[in-house]
Amino acid sequence: MSLTYHLQVVNLLAALLLLIAFAMLSQRRIVGLITLFAWQGAALATSTAIVAWSTGQHHLYYSAALTLGLKVVLVPWYFFRLIRQLDVDREVEPMINIPTTMLIGIILVIFAFNLALPISQMAGTVTRSTLGIALASVLLAFLMMITRSKAIPQVIGFLAMENGLFFAATSATYGMPLVVELGVALDVLVAVFVLGIFFFHIRETFDSMDLKHMERLREK
Amino acid sequence: MPETTLLDWAWAVVLYWLGLAAASLALQTQAGLTRWVVFPLGILGAAAMAVLGALALASPPTQFILPIGLPELPFHLRLDALSGFFLILLGVASSGVGIYAIGYFRHMAAGPLAVLSLWYHLFLAGMALVLLADDAYAFMVAWELMALASYFLVTTDHKIPDIRRAGFLYLLIAHVGAVALLLAFGVLHGSDPARMAAYSFDAMRENTLNPAWASVTFLLALFGFGAKAGLVPLHVWLPEAHPAAPSPVSALMSGVMLKTAIYGLLRVSLDLIGAPPAWWGTVALSLGLVTALYGVIFAAVQSDMKRLLAWSSIENIGFIIAAFGLTLIFHADGKGALAALTLTALLYHALNHALFKSLLFVGTGSVLHATGERRMGRLGGLIRFMPWTAWLMLLGALAIAGLPPLNGFVSEWLLLQAFLLTPGLTQPYLNMAIPVAAAVVVLAAALAAYVMVKFYGVIFLGQPRDPELNEAHEAGWPERLSMLGLAAGCVVLGLVPSQMIGWLNPVVEALLQQTLPNDGNWLMVAPLSAQRASYAPLVFLAVVSAITLLVFFGVKYVYHGRVRRAAPWDCGYPELDARMQDSAEGFGQPIRLIFSAFMRVERITPDPFDRQPQYRGDSRDKVWLWLYQPIAAAAAWLSAQASRLQHGRIQWYLIYSFATLIFLLVFVTR
Repeated sequence: MSLTYHLQVVNLLAALLLLIAFAMLSQRRIVGLITLFAWQGAALATSTAIVAWSTGQHHLYYSAALTLGLKVVLVPWYFFRLIRQLDVDREVEPMINIPTTMLIGIILVIFAFNLALPISQMAGTVTRSTLGIALASVLLAFLMMITRSKAIPQVIGFLAMENGLFFAATSATYGMPLVVELGVALDVLVAVFVLGIFFFHIRETFDSMDLKHMERLREK
Repeated sequence: MPETTLLDWAWAVVLYWLGLAAASLALQTQAGLTRWVVFPLGILGAAAMAVLGALALASPPTQFILPIGLPELPFHLRLDALSGFFLILLGVASSGVGIYAIGYFRHMAAGPLAVLSLWYHLFLAGMALVLLADDAYAFMVAWELMALASYFLVTTDHKIPDIRRAGFLYLLIAHVGAVALLLAFGVLHGSDPARMAAYSFDAMRENTLNPAWASVTFLLALFGFGAKAGLVPLHVWLPEAHPAAPSPVSALMSGVMLKTAIYGLLRVSLDLIGAPPAWWGTVALSLGLVTALYGVIFAAVQSDMKRLLAWSSIENIGFIIAAFGLTLIFHADGKGALAALTLTALLYHALNHALFKSLLFVGTGSVLHATGERRMGRLGGLIRFMPWTAWLMLLGALAIAGLPPLNGFVSEWLLLQAFLLTPGLTQPYLNMAIPVAAAVVVLAAALAAYVMVKFYGVIFLGQPRDPELNEAHEAGWPERLSMLGLAAGCVVLGLVPSQMIGWLNPVVEALLQQTLPNDGNWLMVAPLSAQRASYAPLVFLAVVSAITLLVFFGVKYVYHGRVRRAAPWDCGYPELDARMQDSAEGFGQPIRLIFSAFMRVERITPDPFDRQPQYRGDSRDKVWLWLYQPIAAAAAWLSAQASRLQHGRIQWYLIYSFATLIFLLVFVTR
């Protein structure tokens, strides 16, 4: 039936999502990171739209449109503009070297799948098998936030985490209520702009976007 | 349309005070309006509260549910005889203090005055609500309102670091006490804890706890209310906060706020828990006696006048708590009449203390205004410059020292009667301990008189120790009016004890189901029976006045009439000057030597050959050194360990949350 066909596409997109998460973990350049983030958003939007079409959950169309508009177009465009203004398109120095990070990432993925197994058995959705992937991408994004010391990659990690959560919601319960999704989308938008303003202030204060310098702010 | 009850009126007064608090915020630039309109209106409310309380003594309890509060637990209010009595206390003392405040704050700028007026009226409303609350939630809200408002009043001069420190200490202990109260109410709830209504006092009254939990509740309540009242070892905030606060605020805190703790203790142990065993009484009695003795000894060695009064408040609270303990002992032992006698003494003393301590605190405020000096070592001879203040304070000092025919004597006499009339209690150990307790009470009372001789003598008598004192001015008329009223209260309460005891009877009866059998008549008070002991203050006053006048005129006209005045040999004092007088430290020195075990004395004594000799003596509280400092050090050490977590690196913080997340996820899947 068409349902299994759609499901296979969704599974493919989920795999893509995970692959992009790993790619983000290994990406050294900020521009590359933003491109990857945009691609991740695109995969997410597509999979949401397919789920909407195949299950008839119409509110998911709005979610997909929101994701597309916000995470594929608006936020990447804003970040590209930011790095041009701030002139920070250099290599990002990760705190732990990349092979080690990848290994930790693999452990996290195994952990996430193990974790998702009992939960996905309880879920009644057609997309439940992708729950493990969703959790894995949340944890991988978190790992990226930990291993990067520059401000922009951290924000991208934060947004990627939000992508993972969104995906988890779609796969476990066909998405959150529309009101919640709208609220989250607004939050993301505001957070990105506020952080954009912060970038300027951080650079003005420390002459660098490296968050190592923030250590000076601690209470003695 | 239901009939308006006394409680409705009392609630209206609370709302009225809240309205005044809001109005004072609107008058940020109008100091005159705040002083001459807002404060007098507040006094009207206080007077109305006193009248309502007096009417409530004779009326049956009234209840009232407000449409505010938690969804399942709206605010319950209740006005019964016990609340009524404490409302009288609140109304009378705050009327007197309010009049004083009009004059005292005359030099304050409009902005700070508006803030002070806001907290002042919130404080009054909070205290009234504590007395009216009839469920745990409303009580705690009112209790916290009272604590916070008084905190902001204490820190009125918050620009001075010492005052901020005192305020913090007060707030800290108030909150530790409030937590204990919260736990006490948590244990005390009604039989159906799933429903919020189990936390109304009615449900608590109906529910009977098993003895172990009842005891836990009592001890928690004793701790919580003791922290507010200043029970040793939770007394440390009193000697810090009272000197820091403006005088009218000290007067209200010492005179009224400490009594709300006594109210709470009575309410919880006799009304809500019910059927207290005798050992609770023993605990309260011992703590009360220790507090009384500790307070009076430290009062004797103080040289700052407000600090001295704060320690004296601790002593009086100890006295009240001891009476409370004795009430519980007698009540548990089935000696209803004696329990009624001690409870009457307790209530009487609470009211007395509200009057004379307010009087003394506002009096020190006038001295402070006139001289700018709190250290007794710089004062002296003020009776010549401030006769009104001095003579009215003399009444207060005599009252607190427990001299007849003033009010302090009546309550102490009643309590001592209870000690002396004690027939065999059923517990032999208690029977043996009661005379010792009586001795401690007498010792504390005698030392209190000593403290007052020191307080009054050093400040008002002798010669001025500082030439600047010659410019000291008398207090303004609002201050004088206020002191006059409070002093009149002390005299009246001392002269008509029989009537007062009659008014207190409904309160005693409501709590103990027993009234004090008074054998006396309008002239004479004779608790229990006229054969044992009786006291007629009016007769006493007449006799004492007659003898005094007789001696005075006899000496003046008969003895002095035939004596020739001439310069004698001066008896070795050719030139007396102010430095030869006994100083505050000197006066306290014997006490410091006798009771040196209680305190750590830090002294710097000068070398005999020192050209510029310096002397400094300081008596430190051992409870502070042995109990509070180790706790503070432990808290500081723990926070230092916890602050190691703080690296300032975002990555580390992320790792913390990441580790927590992983841990929780593992925990979920288990």
